[in-house]
Amino acid sequence: MFGYYIDLATRSLKRNRALTALMVLAIALGIGTSMTTLTVMHVLSGDPIPAKSAQLFRVRMNVFPDDTFTQGKETPDNMTRRDAEALLHDARADRQAAMSAGSMVVTPPQGEPLGVEARYTGADFFPMFGAPFRYGHAWSRDDDAAGARVAVISGALNEQLFGGGDSTGKTLRMGDQGLRVVGVLGDWDMNPRFYDLSNGQFGDSEQVFVPLSTALDLKLSTSGSTNCWNSAPDPHAASAPCLWLQYWAELDTPAKAAAYRRYLDNYIALQRQAGRFSHPGQVELQDVMQWLDAKGVVPSDVRLQVWLALGFLGICLLNTVGLLLAKFLRRSGELGVRRALGASRRAIFLQCLVEAGMVGLVGGAFGLALAGLGLVLVRHQPTDYATFIHMDLRMLLGTFALALLSSLLAGLLPAWRAMHVAPAAAIKSN
Amino acid sequence: MELRPILATLRRHKVILWLLMLEIALSCAIICNGVFLVAQRLQHMDMPSGIAEHELVQIQQAPIAPPSDRYARAQEDLATLRAIPGVQAVGMSNQVPFGGASSNGNVMLSPTQPHRTLSAAEYFGENLVQTLGLRLVAGRDLRPDEYVDADVVIRELASGSGKGFPVPMIVSQALATRLWPQRNPLGRLVWLTPTASFRVVGVVRTLARANAYDTATAQYSMIIPLHMGADKDQSYLLRTRPQDRQRVLAAATAALKRADPTRVVTHARTYDRIRSDYFKDDHATAGMLVSVIVAVLLVTGLGIVGLASFWVAQRRRQIGIRRALGARRADILHYFQTENFLIVTFGIVLGMVLAYGISLFLMMRYELPRLPAGYFPVGALVLWGIGQLAVLGPALRAAAVPPVVATRSV
Repeated sequence: MFGYYIDLATRSLKRNRALTALMVLAIALGIGTSMTTLTVMHVLSGDPIPAKSAQLFRVRMNVFPDDTFTQGKETPDNMTRRDAEALLHDARADRQAAMSAGSMVVTPPQGEPLGVEARYTGADFFPMFGAPFRYGHAWSRDDDAAGARVAVISGALNEQLFGGGDSTGKTLRMGDQGLRVVGVLGDWDMNPRFYDLSNGQFGDSEQVFVPLSTALDLKLSTSGSTNCWNSAPDPHAASAPCLWLQYWAELDTPAKAAAYRRYLDNYIALQRQAGRFSHPGQVELQDVMQWLDAKGVVPSDVRLQVWLALGFLGICLLNTVGLLLAKFLRRSGELGVRRALGASRRAIFLQCLVEAGMVGLVGGAFGLALAGLGLVLVRHQPTDYATFIHMDLRMLLGTFALALLSSLLAGLLPAWRAMHVAPAAAIKSN
Repeated sequence: MELRPILATLRRHKVILWLLMLEIALSCAIICNGVFLVAQRLQHMDMPSGIAEHELVQIQQAPIAPPSDRYARAQEDLATLRAIPGVQAVGMSNQVPFGGASSNGNVMLSPTQPHRTLSAAEYFGENLVQTLGLRLVAGRDLRPDEYVDADVVIRELASGSGKGFPVPMIVSQALATRLWPQRNPLGRLVWLTPTASFRVVGVVRTLARANAYDTATAQYSMIIPLHMGADKDQSYLLRTRPQDRQRVLAAATAALKRADPTRVVTHARTYDRIRSDYFKDDHATAGMLVSVIVAVLLVTGLGIVGLASFWVAQRRRQIGIRRALGARRADILHYFQTENFLIVTFGIVLGMVLAYGISLFLMMRYELPRLPAGYFPVGALVLWGIGQLAVLGPALRAAAVPPVVATRSV
């Protein structure tokens, strides 16, 4: 029976090519636009580190002195060196890392000096954020304590400076200073760069990683926001009143996370007792997805575009409903004959839905092509996230599901009306 | 044209009438809001910087290790850049309008007030008024002898001494008007910390901030006479003729590299590039909005064509009868045109309500301003136009139906 409906639908669609083309075009445009914007949304709101996003927590606290503290204001993103070092010293989490972005100029064995993006952090960073090593290994916690002159470099920089290969033991030169390369990373890209959103939310990961203690010793230059509540000749000094370090903790179970939260509350209480401030202070412990959500990583423009595209899909569907209705009613005579020959209302209803579904599938196929074209256009936009936008299998299947669903939805009303055609009147009026 | 027969016919096709009306209403709502959003983006992208945009290039460099005297290095670099042929003025700044990375200060009108009055951009650096081409509207430019090394000021502030203050400064007109409405800003004092006071000696017409997100505060800027040391966050700014920009950039990069071969020039670009980079998201969004608006018009137009064709085909016989009874071709044409006008008008009325609702939603969700009343007629006019254009073909086909159809059975 289903095959017969498909045959009938094909004939009917072929009979009025212009109208069919119009419906297919409307569905295709609506689906294409919606899927383009939904794909952008899907990619941007994706989980950058699915295996660990529930175990990694951004730690934030408000330790402003009373004259800078405003009740209810958002807790600052970054921490002072004093607090970060206190938390690192206590080491209550399974792993923890304080970090800052930076930039360095390195001198390759041959050629021009090179500006590189750096991250100054601790030994735990690499296992915490799942950074894989192609050669060598991370530096040790002893290296952190000693401010050892070591570095981990990205695969790309290894290629650029040393021509690839195992470069552990080689020296990364910065003028008359040198850092011993202990590890070379494999492919590791986090997008969005959730661990530090302040230096571009999307983009390549850093090329050089250096122990924070070493970077402080060598006075390497930092990037990103530094917010001081008082004048500070050296904002990176041990007790400087400046917020500049990101702090992350890995807590493997919810129980540990709860315990860690209590520890932080306790830490703040102790700071208050010590007389740093008299307000209650604030502590935020957010896992990766909560953190991304709080920072509004999906640009509001993208959300706006999704709403717009869905509105447009609505217009396209209304359009299709109207055209299908017109089409079915125009065939009242034929439908009347089928009813008179014994077809049930259900059969007519299904036949009409099959026709609507076919329009949807063809429209979906064209819509997929349009979405592909739309994504090419998005990738050519000069936005930070442009290069990461791609369609995955889920969105591909989603396209057809949305096309089929919406065309069936559009077909419901016309099919309902069609099955209620009175056979006698329809045949007679013909 | 008699409306009653048209309304009577429409009443008999309620479902299709409602579908068309809803479609037009939704289109109208999207077009009104869409055009408004595009206009807003364009207006935002048009924000004045106050500087001679087409005559400026920016160079940023990073040394391999901090030079022993950053201030001396900066002065050497400026002298090197000044010697390049075609360079009209050389300046140095910690930020540029629409540059993104910003430095802002909390402005207070008295040293004891508990909270800031407002936040304004702090431009530090050399020779900014002349190099950027700012228009002084009151007072004077900063004098070379008024400049102090930034480190000296920071040390004084950290020690809590008020030595050396008040420091002279220049403010933008927008900031002056906001702080001292309808009063002469010259000679007045502001505080950036309880011990750091500044005296206004000059007012420039316009100088936008580096992160001008909010149009209302985008022009709140101050210029403070601080020598900045050479480091990666400072920009060298060069003023030149528009046609010399690329040549000057290349020459300046080469000259800086010659002076210190171990440094890296991280940015060498025209100011036009900086501006277009800053507004790239607005550009992309405006493009997207325009394409959706066009697509909405296309789909709505084609939908009207489809349904009108269906109606014409369905009423062929009735049209024939009307023609046989004496109706002229023009009568038939006008009938369909009027019918379309009525449907579109109903849709527009519904669409206005919807547009207003969407605007309220956008206001809550995205902090957008309310849709101005002026955009409602825009949506209406566009849809009337599209409707008439779309119905013209089918209506002409209807007008061409010969009276003889009336006498034929099917």
